[in-house]
Amino acid sequence: MLDLFVQFCQMTVVLAAAPLLAGYVRKLKALLVGRRGPPLLQPYRDLARLLRKEVVLAESASWLFRAAPYIVFAATWVAAALVPTFATGLAFSYAADMIAIVALLGSARFMLALAGLDVGTSFGGIGSSREMMIASLAEPAMLMVVFTLSLLAGSTQLSYIAAFMQGPAVGLRVSLGMALVALVMVAIAENARIPVDNPATHLELTMVHEAMILEYSGRHLALIELASFVKLLLYISVIGCVFAPWGIAVAGQGFAAYLAGLVVYAGKLAAAGLLLAVFETAMAKMRVFRVSDFLGAAFMLGVLATLLLFVSRLA
Amino acid sequence: MVLEALLVCIAALLATAGLGLALVRRRAATVVVYAITLLATAAATSLGVAALLSPAPTVGPLVLPVGLPWLGAHFKLDALGAFFVVVINLGAAATSLYALGYGRHEEAPGRVLPFFPAFLAAMNLVLVAADAFTFLFSWELMSLSSWALVMAHHRRAGNAAAGYLYLLMASLGTLALLFAFGLLSGPSGGYPFDAIRQAPPSAAYAAAVLVLALIGAGSKAGLVPLHAWLPLAHPAAPTHVSALMSGVMTKVAVYGFVRIAFDLLGAPSWWWGALVALVGGITAVMGVLYALMQSDLKRLLAYSTVENIGIVFIGLGLALAFEANEMPGAAALALTAALLHAFNHSLFKSLLFFGAGVVLGATGERDMERLGGLIHRLPRTALAFLVGSAAISALPPFNGFVSEWLMFQAILLSPALPQWLLKFLVPAVGALLALSAALAGACFVKAFGITFLGRPRSAMAAQAVETDRFSLAAMFVLAFLCLLAGILPGYFIDALAPVIQSLAGAHLPRQESLDWLTIVPIAQSRSSYNGLLLFFFIALAASLAAEAIHRSASRVVRRSAAWDCGFPDPNPATQYTPGSFSQPIRRVFGSVLFRAREEVRMPAPGDATPARLQVRMRDVPWDVFYAPIARIVGFVAERLNTLQFLTIRGYLTLVFGALVALLMVLAAWQ
Repeated sequence: MLDLFVQFCQMTVVLAAAPLLAGYVRKLKALLVGRRGPPLLQPYRDLARLLRKEVVLAESASWLFRAAPYIVFAATWVAAALVPTFATGLAFSYAADMIAIVALLGSARFMLALAGLDVGTSFGGIGSSREMMIASLAEPAMLMVVFTLSLLAGSTQLSYIAAFMQGPAVGLRVSLGMALVALVMVAIAENARIPVDNPATHLELTMVHEAMILEYSGRHLALIELASFVKLLLYISVIGCVFAPWGIAVAGQGFAAYLAGLVVYAGKLAAAGLLLAVFETAMAKMRVFRVSDFLGAAFMLGVLATLLLFVSRLA
Repeated sequence: MVLEALLVCIAALLATAGLGLALVRRRAATVVVYAITLLATAAATSLGVAALLSPAPTVGPLVLPVGLPWLGAHFKLDALGAFFVVVINLGAAATSLYALGYGRHEEAPGRVLPFFPAFLAAMNLVLVAADAFTFLFSWELMSLSSWALVMAHHRRAGNAAAGYLYLLMASLGTLALLFAFGLLSGPSGGYPFDAIRQAPPSAAYAAAVLVLALIGAGSKAGLVPLHAWLPLAHPAAPTHVSALMSGVMTKVAVYGFVRIAFDLLGAPSWWWGALVALVGGITAVMGVLYALMQSDLKRLLAYSTVENIGIVFIGLGLALAFEANEMPGAAALALTAALLHAFNHSLFKSLLFFGAGVVLGATGERDMERLGGLIHRLPRTALAFLVGSAAISALPPFNGFVSEWLMFQAILLSPALPQWLLKFLVPAVGALLALSAALAGACFVKAFGITFLGRPRSAMAAQAVETDRFSLAAMFVLAFLCLLAGILPGYFIDALAPVIQSLAGAHLPRQESLDWLTIVPIAQSRSSYNGLLLFFFIALAASLAAEAIHRSASRVVRRSAAWDCGFPDPNPATQYTPGSFSQPIRRVFGSVLFRAREEVRMPAPGDATPARLQVRMRDVPWDVFYAPIARIVGFVAERLNTLQFLTIRGYLTLVFGALVALLMVLAAWQ
């Protein structure tokens, strides 16, 4: 019963906190370059306004274009609901391990890339094609990180990995360091952040994610935006629960532990958002064809981390 | 009883081949032939299921007095055979159903109808054969009947060359298998499989047999570098036969390899696993990268078959490595993953080829450069093709993900392998598997997106009409099975248990009794996956979102021109093409693997000629393996040609020299 309640809280928390995180990062970035920036709650207002507006649908759009936002949102939300944020012991965490979470995000991306091709414009195509190029390197890099973590923890379930990382058996390992770097690089690429993509750009030739969703408007756009907020939160939660597992409430602890877990989780999000804002402000966006070097490095780091674990485990 | 019934089905198929020949001038021939093959293969499927689920799946041997006079033809059905009987006949039944509609558009039915049932019968015969002679005979019958089907439209450009290459590679494969069985049977000629099992070959011979089996079965399955014929021959056949060759015949090749490597050869050595997994990993990545570079829809699908065969062989290689190190549990997991992937691939690849056939029938076009926008004209086909694309891209909640997930779990068990080479190799193979899974996603976004989405790129694509109900039924049955195997994988894994038990000496824990039909290959704390719950949650979340938005927010829709940053262009040529879609990936991977070079020719300022972008790619395996062999054969043939024009003295000297040489060899031998 408690499991179900925690699961429900988790689903609400990720959905409610995701726009706030996006607003917070935007605000910080503005402050860092000396602007005042939009208010923290601006993403909520944007979403509410988009939801009220009509949908302007291109004449050549098919049913897939209208269905895609719902599927993208649903897959991303389900994936985010299965990552431990403030408490482990989610009721349905056994339904999907880390590989399945990566693949769920892959399903969302698959639909979004198809939606980009649906209207038949050149910008949609450019976005889809580049997104799939980025994904073709980011996804294997992410899987290599998953390999590293699960070889160490002996499990691909995130809740077990989190518990393992909290325990005394971890120690300082080279593989973990490499996995962390690779995971951060993948997270940056997957969330279309600088230096891979620029979430604020509408300059034609540099767009990737924005080009894919260029034809979307109204409630469809709101869902896709919300899904991308949730995705950012998901990646930060994964990094938090694996590499900073402190303060996550464990099943059986009291109400106070859950409350403390929530506070610590908010702290983690704030810290990660600050790091992200500083990093993005300090970096310049790179050319699209340099992205493969960036992600290739992440992939190689992941492979090396896995290889080290294979080799270091003597029979 | 099951075996006899199966042989009756096979006999019925063979008889249908004769019937096809006799009826060829009648209009009803198409319907009659495909209806009979549908019934026979459906019956064979249920026989296979019955045998697989029965407590004692092994039946036979049954010896019929045909074939070699002192040997007879041995037939036997065991769990492995029964599993593949299900895979092959399920695919064949779906193909027959599809062909009831699709086959009516065939322009040369006389070249298809007699060979189609013979091809099905031959594949089934391979599965029940229990001696080397019957096996090789059926194998060769399968090759030849499928060759005849490839050559059905032999006047079309390129098809005759494809058929020629196929014939060459099939002969090479059978030759390798001939030697393999020769070594297995030994000098005393113990051709029945039971005799081979009792006298397994020595280590050196076993190694030779493994390599020969890898060449023989691998050339049929399409392992790199023996794949060259596959993407030419599979698309050249009529589309329902393409589906059969890609989805089903490659599984017979997998069966052949499993039968030899896991059953007949006895205990494996660890390096077999390393070899097979490495070849599989390279095949998977090369196959999907080739697929990404294609603009011909059927050829894209054929290359994707190469990729999936690579994935199956990764699993088989891991299973061999685990078995050699006496880790039966891990071997069972890897083998389950491989065989489940073979089953899954037969479902979605047949489905995708059916879709390509509908597109071909409706537009007369296989080249994606001239397709597009078909989702408006062929909505049902588009839906089925979308399911197939998602399944083959290993996306949850469909079936392709389940087998790849099991494969990843098997890889995660492999640090316990003691050999150093494996310690380095298996993570690399895992990386290749992850890469091929991600690239497959890109490949099928391209295949579906360019073909079915966007705006039509030709008049034919703009006027396409939806296909007949038989074809649609076949596609939807397969699409439903893709979803079913994705959300209820536990039942399929349980059905595989007797096969795995007989080959690996262990099987995965029973899955069907677990809560909510979760699959747990090893232990709950290690990994678990529940496709049913994920499917349910995604559906629930999507409908919740839709309900909430439509109730409380706007539901107004206005149709308008596309936005496209303010400059929409009505010309469909401004859309992304297959070439431009894969250009980023070509730049990342292709410059090394395919030696891809882009050349932009810009006209001088003021010159009105258009700029040209030219892409050159080379087929590296072809350049490295095939071209030199072809050159050597040509060179030798040219030299040997002089033998035909010798004087009588020259011939006498040659004969005498040969006699002396042979006698010396004989003397040295003894």
